[in-house]
Amino acid sequence: MAAKQATAPPLEEQLDMLRSMLEIRFFEDECQRLFARGAVRGSTHLYQGQEAVAVGGCRALREGDTMTCTYRGHGATLAMGAPLAPTFGEIFGKARGLCKGKGGSMHLTDVTVGALGSHAIVGAHLPIANGAAFASVYRKTEEVHLCFFGDGSTNIGGFHEALNLASLWKLPVIFVCENNLYGEYSPIALTTPVARIVDRAAAYAMRGEQIDGNDVIGVWREIGAAAARARAGEGPTLLEAMTYRQRGHSRTDPATYRPDGELERWLERDPILLHEAALRESGVEDGQLAAVRAGAEAAVAAALAEALEWPEPDPEERFDDVWAAA
Amino acid sequence: MAEVTYREAINRALADALAADDSVFLLGEDIAAAGGVFKQTDGLQARFGAERVLDTPISEQAIVGLTIGASLQGLRPVAEIMFADFAAVTYDQIANQLAKYRYMTGGQVTVPVTIRLANGVSGGFGAQHSQAPENWFLNVVGLKIAVPATPADAYGLIRTAIADDDPVLVFEHKALFNTKGELDDEPQALPFGVAEIVRPGSDLTIVATQAMRPRALEAAAALEAESISVEVVDPRTLVPFDHETVGASLDRTNNLVVVQEAPPGGSWGATLIARLVEERLDSFDSAPVLVAADETPIPYAESLEQAWLPSTERIAAAVRETLAVAVPVSQG
Repeated sequence: MAAKQATAPPLEEQLDMLRSMLEIRFFEDECQRLFARGAVRGSTHLYQGQEAVAVGGCRALREGDTMTCTYRGHGATLAMGAPLAPTFGEIFGKARGLCKGKGGSMHLTDVTVGALGSHAIVGAHLPIANGAAFASVYRKTEEVHLCFFGDGSTNIGGFHEALNLASLWKLPVIFVCENNLYGEYSPIALTTPVARIVDRAAAYAMRGEQIDGNDVIGVWREIGAAAARARAGEGPTLLEAMTYRQRGHSRTDPATYRPDGELERWLERDPILLHEAALRESGVEDGQLAAVRAGAEAAVAAALAEALEWPEPDPEERFDDVWAAA
Repeated sequence: MAEVTYREAINRALADALAADDSVFLLGEDIAAAGGVFKQTDGLQARFGAERVLDTPISEQAIVGLTIGASLQGLRPVAEIMFADFAAVTYDQIANQLAKYRYMTGGQVTVPVTIRLANGVSGGFGAQHSQAPENWFLNVVGLKIAVPATPADAYGLIRTAIADDDPVLVFEHKALFNTKGELDDEPQALPFGVAEIVRPGSDLTIVATQAMRPRALEAAAALEAESISVEVVDPRTLVPFDHETVGASLDRTNNLVVVQEAPPGGSWGATLIARLVEERLDSFDSAPVLVAADETPIPYAESLEQAWLPSTERIAAAVRETLAVAVPVSQG
């Protein structure tokens, strides 16, 4: 039997979830500024507006659980607990970055906190997520795996192969589709015949739920419940978290394809504002909320300043880490 | 010492690896209850249980992806790709995920995955079930590639592959499954990157792998009657490649023929020749020759298929023609 789930974490934890969401927001705002100035190379895929999914989901996990995500993965990696400065450092291509400057924005990984990888081939990590979950079954442990992906991932073969096998083998994996309404530049209805992605769960005899992805406590509750079922041997769940990408697909996309008023409507449901309002209703003073916000902003600013000072990798380091064994 | 088939040696290697290390498990299509379509895994599920020898859906991306995730968590997965041609179905998982995972994470992880693939022409499977596609992976850095030709090599290279902390593709040649050879009663793992001089000779070096190795030996035996002394070298792994042994052989014989069961473009044979010319031009008495398969898809009809493959006669003819125009270095 699945353990009975609490309806919300303790208030102190809820405040820390706010801190985490704010750190991700400020982190992404800084990334956006740096990329816009051309101060950072490559591409980047920003997460503003979706913070409740990553934070609610990762905070529902236990020590030893693991997570994979997409190239829009700064938020999920930070939500698992990756430190701010090495995360900035990796995006800046610094030797002290999370991946020593070998991965970049799209491949943020910190296995020490269970962030097994950000994946840049759409849908390719769902089969990999199954493997992490399979290891728990094989070793008869209770760890679960949380797999984030976008709505655009659900039209590629890897999604279907992975859900089929996960359900067949009752793997302890939670598939969380972050439906931000756009697959790259295309609105979801242009590419996907089902109105609700979660309806695809039925094809794999899998439990599926559509949830509010901008309600961090709701996400925490639903992913926690799915994790409890997975730990109890009841297999995977597909959750469709409805949310909104407040920025374009990548740094070159001004997102002019949005219908009038859509962004404004979603900004009113900004997950950070919603969570702050909920905390106020729980009796948290405005001053306390302001202090959390100021603390997050200061932490991001300090990490940014630190990481910008770090050296580039020595060119000879490009030969390292190809092989495990000589 | 006992005589076993190549298939039995593969089975023994997998059984010994499963027995030696609890973190080893096997998965693939029809490998468990059915024992594999070519029976390499026959009896292993009965012996080691359904938790360690698993049948999968026909889902090559799911199979290879699962090995990656499980290896990140410390397991040593061994996946079977029923026909090596099907690697194309899961090329992203092998080339973009498996091969690069360690590097892209700055060495945070190892991915000790073994993928076994049934390789090559073995009589009428047609263009999509007969290829020897190890060349598809040569340009992807991060994968080791083993190409055993004998039972002892199959055993030894599979044991090394499974124990290795890097991803390894082991190509098991379908035409060799029933061939026999000696296997030690307590067979040992065989290190990667060590070529075998299968037959010593002094006039010309033939480099050949897998099903081309017995053909090269047949050609060498036929040429001996013509007083031509051919050395046959089998590299046994393409990555890492034993350039030292092959280069030293060329330095002795000064003439080179490379034989491969695949078309010439972008191949290990062409790459080997390019490198030897670059590094050892002075060692050549004649232009090196690549005896390759024809530049067509693999045809079905027996007459067409057998003509497509490099034959013993073609190999012998290439040797004769090469030596006929050879000008010894000392006189050049």
